[in-house]
Amino acid sequence: MAAMRRVDTDVSRFRRIVRGRIRKNLRKYVSQGELLTRQGGRVVSVPLPEIHLPRFTFGDRGGGGVGQGEGEVGEGVGAEPGEAEGEHDVEAEVTLDELAQILGEELELPNIEPRGKQEVETDVRRYRDIRRVGPHSLRHFKRTYRNALRRQLADGTYDPVRPVILPRREDERFRSFDVAPIPESSAAILYMMDVSGSMGQEQKDIVRNAAFWLDTWIRSQYRNVAVRYVVHDAAAREVDRHNFFHLKESGGTKISSAYRLVDKIIDDDYPPEQWNIYCFQFSDGDNWSGGDTTECLRILDEALLPKSNQFAYGQVKSAYGSGQFKGDLDQRFGDDERLVTCDIPNRDGILDCIREFLRRGR
Amino acid sequence: MNLSPALARIADRARAAAVEFGLDFPEVVFELVDSDELNMIASYGGFPVRYPHWRFGMEYQRLQKTYEYGLGKIYELVINTDPCYAYLMKTNTVMEQKLVMAHVLGHADFFRNNAWFEPTDRRMVDVMANHGTRVRRHVDRQGADKVEQFLDACLSLENLIDPMGLYIRRERAESAEPELDPQRAAEGRVQRFPVAHRYMEPYINPKQALDRERDEIAKRLGERKRVPAEPLRDVLGFLLHHAPLADWQADCLAIIRREAYYFAPQAMTKIVNEGWASFVHSRLMTSSLLDDGEIVDYADKHASTLATQPGRINPYRLGFDLLRDIASRWDRGMHGKRWEECEDAEQKRRWNDGAGRGLRKVFEVRRVHNDQTFLDAFLTPEFIEEHQLYVYGRDPRTGQTVILDRDPATVKPKLLRQFTNMGQPIIDLVDANHGNRGELYLVHRWEGTDLREDFARQTLRALHTLWTRPVHVETAVEGKAVLWTFDGRDEKTKDLGRRVDAEDA
Repeated sequence: MAAMRRVDTDVSRFRRIVRGRIRKNLRKYVSQGELLTRQGGRVVSVPLPEIHLPRFTFGDRGGGGVGQGEGEVGEGVGAEPGEAEGEHDVEAEVTLDELAQILGEELELPNIEPRGKQEVETDVRRYRDIRRVGPHSLRHFKRTYRNALRRQLADGTYDPVRPVILPRREDERFRSFDVAPIPESSAAILYMMDVSGSMGQEQKDIVRNAAFWLDTWIRSQYRNVAVRYVVHDAAAREVDRHNFFHLKESGGTKISSAYRLVDKIIDDDYPPEQWNIYCFQFSDGDNWSGGDTTECLRILDEALLPKSNQFAYGQVKSAYGSGQFKGDLDQRFGDDERLVTCDIPNRDGILDCIREFLRRGR
Repeated sequence: MNLSPALARIADRARAAAVEFGLDFPEVVFELVDSDELNMIASYGGFPVRYPHWRFGMEYQRLQKTYEYGLGKIYELVINTDPCYAYLMKTNTVMEQKLVMAHVLGHADFFRNNAWFEPTDRRMVDVMANHGTRVRRHVDRQGADKVEQFLDACLSLENLIDPMGLYIRRERAESAEPELDPQRAAEGRVQRFPVAHRYMEPYINPKQALDRERDEIAKRLGERKRVPAEPLRDVLGFLLHHAPLADWQADCLAIIRREAYYFAPQAMTKIVNEGWASFVHSRLMTSSLLDDGEIVDYADKHASTLATQPGRINPYRLGFDLLRDIASRWDRGMHGKRWEECEDAEQKRRWNDGAGRGLRKVFEVRRVHNDQTFLDAFLTPEFIEEHQLYVYGRDPRTGQTVILDRDPATVKPKLLRQFTNMGQPIIDLVDANHGNRGELYLVHRWEGTDLREDFARQTLRALHTLWTRPVHVETAVEGKAVLWTFDGRDEKTKDLGRRVDAEDA
């Protein structure tokens, strides 16, 4: 292992400051959705414009200075002259796990307690075994010498006046690993979105942002996460991630169609005994008819709520939606722990919505 | 020193060539390091052992990224100590190593001989290491967060020093005197001329004159005593002695101040220093170090070191060109009265009196000049034209950055201004008892460029951390005098209701 270098301490102090800054600006990042596009694999690159030591220093220099090179008077200098030395925007790279942690700290989210449904998943190697053969680097010093001492005592070569212990080949013991199966929890996230005519681009952006952060959090809580996307207008169908956020449909709205489809997906792929199931539904709250709403409530009551850890409904405000559905849900399941509902009036509401959805730690 | 035998031989050759050229340098220790080590050392300003602070970590990460993405790498890193430590990157080609060694020897020679480096401590490696130990001890006792916050505040004030104070003894403030009745105190100070005979007294020391003098002195003494007596540039030094600091705080501040003064000569001599090192490497490389096969690579590398970017001055380039210009002018005797007074352009063009004193002059320049004096003395109108210097700025109509002027009479003052006080605003501490309320009053000498306000506000907060009483800075925004204040709770702005004229805004 490489020795701890002095610079590592300073780097970690710096990282701490970075984390503090991200946390401070979290609301901005969440509402503007800036981080989504900066994601590469498990790492997000966060732009942080302001980490520096302030000084008395000149401002813009009046945008001027002395340069060198070709060009007539009045001609453009080409590139914008660089900032003064030592002023750089910082691009901090943060892993999604770190980001989730920051989100958790800022929103004071409890860790999720899995429902006790566990699926045997990985074998973990642990160095907790001892063997007679092995590489020298793993030699167990204490045991080796203890064995040698025991042998020397037994055959009478141990001299208490001159206690020299010389291990032989047969005394040597080495650390070794054994393989332990680790029970692990898995989660399935099912997103539902209303793509009827009343959901505009702004509404979809809000859903997209919320989904990114919900995803990030739940992924940080489970090793194995499956995500499925369902869109619906009058009929529901499953789509991939890209289409989920970009599809533009129009027409009526029948929420029950989505519920039925989700229920089917759960039954086919994610038996609730083995999976922790999260359903997130986003809509502007318009439904086809009172009859369909009654149907929705029935499916929720009989199928979806019993199968899910959490069923969350986010109602995005739109110019056309009536916003009726949230009221219907609240009326029917008002104090049921398994269901949360939340209004998202605008982008700034996303963070509160996330907190509302996740704060029960289910 | 961990050079391979081949590199060690090259280093010896470079040293020999440098000595032959007339350089005079301390022992130079070359260390071979990989990019990561080099970045690490560079992020600490060349000193591997310094006090712990996050900004070094930030710098390290930035250098690392820059290197990883191929946006730039550090070629040369040398520190002003005795022996002089220089770092060579393992991945450099042999030609590059030669170039770096020759360049570094130029710097080592400069550090030793340039007058502005005279007061610097050549055992700074040890001093810095001690600073590190001291700060770490404070961290252990006071807690990391507390010390870090205080260091941040001190570092915000780092440029409030008096760089010229290294070379001049400023007039000392009069020692504090016991409060006396001004009339009586004045009595003892009145100057009497010696008289041989008593009867001469009224003629030599007339009572009228004595009374007048006594009243004047009394008036002067009666005025509220200002602290400091004269406006003061070394704000850090003042705070160190007068701010209500705990021992560990004073120690941290002393450390920051000492290091700031150590680095000041380097900031003062960027152009001459880099110009001289480039001048030296080009001499040594082309006269003895290069092998035939390396010439093209060398020319390429040399050219990229001296390349200019739009809207920027490359100190290597400007310094190098100016020194070459000086060498050729003094070789041909193109200076002095006869030259200045010559009106005949043709004669001037062919001027050559065979003086051949170019090299001597260049050596003299490296001994006596800093950037400001260097540019002031040797930046001629001909040079400005030949090397295409220009003033750029924002075109008020289009908002784009354009070339505004190529007239040497405009370029030179602008460039000199850019290098005045190392490019930092000049700020004096004028009164430490402002309004008789123990408030700190600073004045920025506004010369046409505004301070960056958000930074200035935060810096005032830092200053307040140390001083603990309200702090003010007087400056100007677009020529109108204003006073920015931080009183511990609020930031305030006061319009002072007058205009400030910059000499050549």
